[in-house]
Amino acid sequence: MEAQPRLVNAADRMELGLETSTLEGRNKVLGFWVFLGGECALFASLFATYLTLRGQTLNGPTAKELFHLPLVGVATLFLLTSSLTGVLGINAMHQGRRRSLLRWLGVTVLLGLAFLAVQVVEFITYVGEGFGFSTSAFSSAFYALVGFHGGHVAFGVIWISILMLQLKKSGITARKAPKVFIASLYWHFVDVVWVFIFTVVYLMGIMGI
Amino acid sequence: MAKPLEEVLSHPVHTATAPRKRFWLLDYLSTVDHKKIGLMYALIGVFYLIVGGIEALLMRVQLFSPNNHFVSYPLFNQLFTMHGTNMIFFAAMPLIFGLMNLVVPLQIGARDVAFPFMNAVSLWFTFVGALLVNISWFFGDAPSAGWFAYAPIGLNQFNPGHGMDFFIVGLQIAGFGSLMGAINFIATILNMRAPGMTLLRMPLFTWTSLVASGLILFAFPPLTVGLFLYMFDRLFGGHFFDAAMGGNPVLWSHLFWIFGHPEVYIVALPAFGVISEVVATFSRKRIFGYTSMVFATVLIGFIGFMVWVHHMFTVGFGAMADSIFAIATMLIGIPTGIKVFNWLFTMWGGQIRFKTPMMFALGFLPTFVLGGITGVMLSAAPADYQYHGSYFVVAHFHYVLIGGVVFGFFAGLYYWFPKVTGRLMHEGLGHLNFWFMFIGFHLTFFPMHFAGLYGMPRRVPTYNAGVGLEIWNQLSTIGAFVMAVSIVLFAMNVAYAFIRGEKAGNDPWDARTLEWTLPSPVPEYNFAQTPLVRGLDPLWMAKEEGKTTVTPAEPPGPIHMPSNSYLPMVMAVGLFIAGLAAIYHRLFFIVLGLEVIALAMFYHSLNDDEGYHVLPEERALAKGEGA
Repeated sequence: MEAQPRLVNAADRMELGLETSTLEGRNKVLGFWVFLGGECALFASLFATYLTLRGQTLNGPTAKELFHLPLVGVATLFLLTSSLTGVLGINAMHQGRRRSLLRWLGVTVLLGLAFLAVQVVEFITYVGEGFGFSTSAFSSAFYALVGFHGGHVAFGVIWISILMLQLKKSGITARKAPKVFIASLYWHFVDVVWVFIFTVVYLMGIMGI
Repeated sequence: MAKPLEEVLSHPVHTATAPRKRFWLLDYLSTVDHKKIGLMYALIGVFYLIVGGIEALLMRVQLFSPNNHFVSYPLFNQLFTMHGTNMIFFAAMPLIFGLMNLVVPLQIGARDVAFPFMNAVSLWFTFVGALLVNISWFFGDAPSAGWFAYAPIGLNQFNPGHGMDFFIVGLQIAGFGSLMGAINFIATILNMRAPGMTLLRMPLFTWTSLVASGLILFAFPPLTVGLFLYMFDRLFGGHFFDAAMGGNPVLWSHLFWIFGHPEVYIVALPAFGVISEVVATFSRKRIFGYTSMVFATVLIGFIGFMVWVHHMFTVGFGAMADSIFAIATMLIGIPTGIKVFNWLFTMWGGQIRFKTPMMFALGFLPTFVLGGITGVMLSAAPADYQYHGSYFVVAHFHYVLIGGVVFGFFAGLYYWFPKVTGRLMHEGLGHLNFWFMFIGFHLTFFPMHFAGLYGMPRRVPTYNAGVGLEIWNQLSTIGAFVMAVSIVLFAMNVAYAFIRGEKAGNDPWDARTLEWTLPSPVPEYNFAQTPLVRGLDPLWMAKEEGKTTVTPAEPPGPIHMPSNSYLPMVMAVGLFIAGLAAIYHRLFFIVLGLEVIALAMFYHSLNDDEGYHVLPEERALAKGEGA
């Protein structure tokens, strides 16, 4: 709000909406994109680990024997849909409709929780089939990659829930908007990572590629 | 957009006046001011420089004579591990973040960093990370698998004690701090420059800080993942690096060096930036080839990610892989060479003043070039099979990391010390400090080239008599103590400056960039009025026009300041508890520690502290200046 026009900075041209109307907001949005760059490197390392170790099944089950595609398909459906509801929420925020924003964020959180529930069921099933974290290098790598993603989803669920509390209290303000916006960026990022996990871990695992 | 902007902004959120003054210690513990944070970073860095230095001295005493038993062999392993870890993670990294915090916002005409609160979190994470690694000495055993912690040496079967756990958890925590710091500086530099400061008008220290932050952003996540996997292997029964269970020890080496090599540039690039500032100022000339300097910096950062396998030539990836990485490694010599020539051409025809910062910059040049030459030698993969694991490599990287980084930092510490404290250090003591360090350094590390070529392996606690290694080791040990004296001289100089140092004034060096337009020490809001930048070296441009300071870009007005907060420290304490508990498998305390962090974040998120405003009248009162 104290910001003067600073036309040399790229961020000044990011006048997309309320979230970038203050310098603080522009910093948050830019900083968060930068953070997502680091997250890409993080997940790239985890994917590399998984691809290196996925053949090392020892006496444990292999990917082909293990994965239940219908279960994972349902989880994927939940998570991809939650990205859509996230977008609808941000749309509502741009139109200043707080109740609609809260409703869409609520649906997003519920879908995230549903995804997590399916993942917990999936993991319990695998452990029951003799596929624990310490079974083989493959199992360690699988739980590390998919578990890291699950942890991200759980963090996102908590984060968005806290934001909903704040929005209830204060409404849509220039201070809250960037917080909501970057949470939605995070949510989409986690969603995109899942698309890669679904492909690399599950589809390639079942196809035996 | 829902509401008009004015309506949103008119929301009564700001307190109008500054909070009451705190006791200085409490002020520092809760500060979010980049200058105080930078100072604390620098103090952490210097402290661990001394700790790592003492560890080095103990090793040098042990190696003074053949078949020596000054320290036990397991202790020697712990010493070289902790020496490397402390110097890289807890001396070099805090020093670069210290200088970046102290200088970058001032150089770009900003009032603070983009995320002042997160800046304090970074500091405290670095602090507790360093603490956690170093208190391992008092919990039985220090880590002993080298700073690279190769698997399987660092895994449970060969390293059953808790030392490695301290290493893993401590580095993880400090790594989070570095990552947040990098994000902070990228956002700050891209978003918060003063009007008119385009990217190609940024001072070179700011440029190198930006590129180094980019490197941290992409280099630290692989380390984070590697350390997590290591932690799972050691503490929770994972099998990532355990070959017996199908794991892959080379995977750790890759993850580590994908981080580890860019790390060299993360600490070296800001040091290059310091040299660029110092050489230009003390030659009274615009830096030669500014644009090529910028592109060389970016290129070094870019190629720096494609060379990590040169640490692993002897793993045996085959001729093709080794060749590719050998050539990439040699390529880095080109942008680095551009920089060296630009520094030389800046001095060419300049009015050189041999002040202490310039002495360190001049010592830097030949020393760093020697390190570069041995670097090119090492990059030749077939020859590397001979050098690998010998003292030749030790000589090489100390020429780069001390000759390049430490000399650069000391140039920076001497250069910006008056800006930070308002006092000048003693020139004579400074020169003495430089010569002791320069001579001590070469006396320590030049003989190591020969020790290495005569066959002395790295990381061995002793050697046999009569194989021609005594003289080189004895010279090294003497040199190490000469360097230790130089550090004592530095401490004396700092003490001198605080007791009897001359008042520095705004611009003691007749310098060129924006930070020298400010009073020393800098007021908490940095710039009373944001400056208007019309080119590279704005202060020098103003001087050429016969003015003493840079034209402001705005009328005086209230300045927004962030509020102090103890939460960053509380979060770090929570993480410390959780980390220590993870090492000893105390689930209750892990949960407790994480809960402390979660509650602190929750509180920070819900309790919107909007900061306060410093009003023009208050500033005038504080400074005694006319409005």
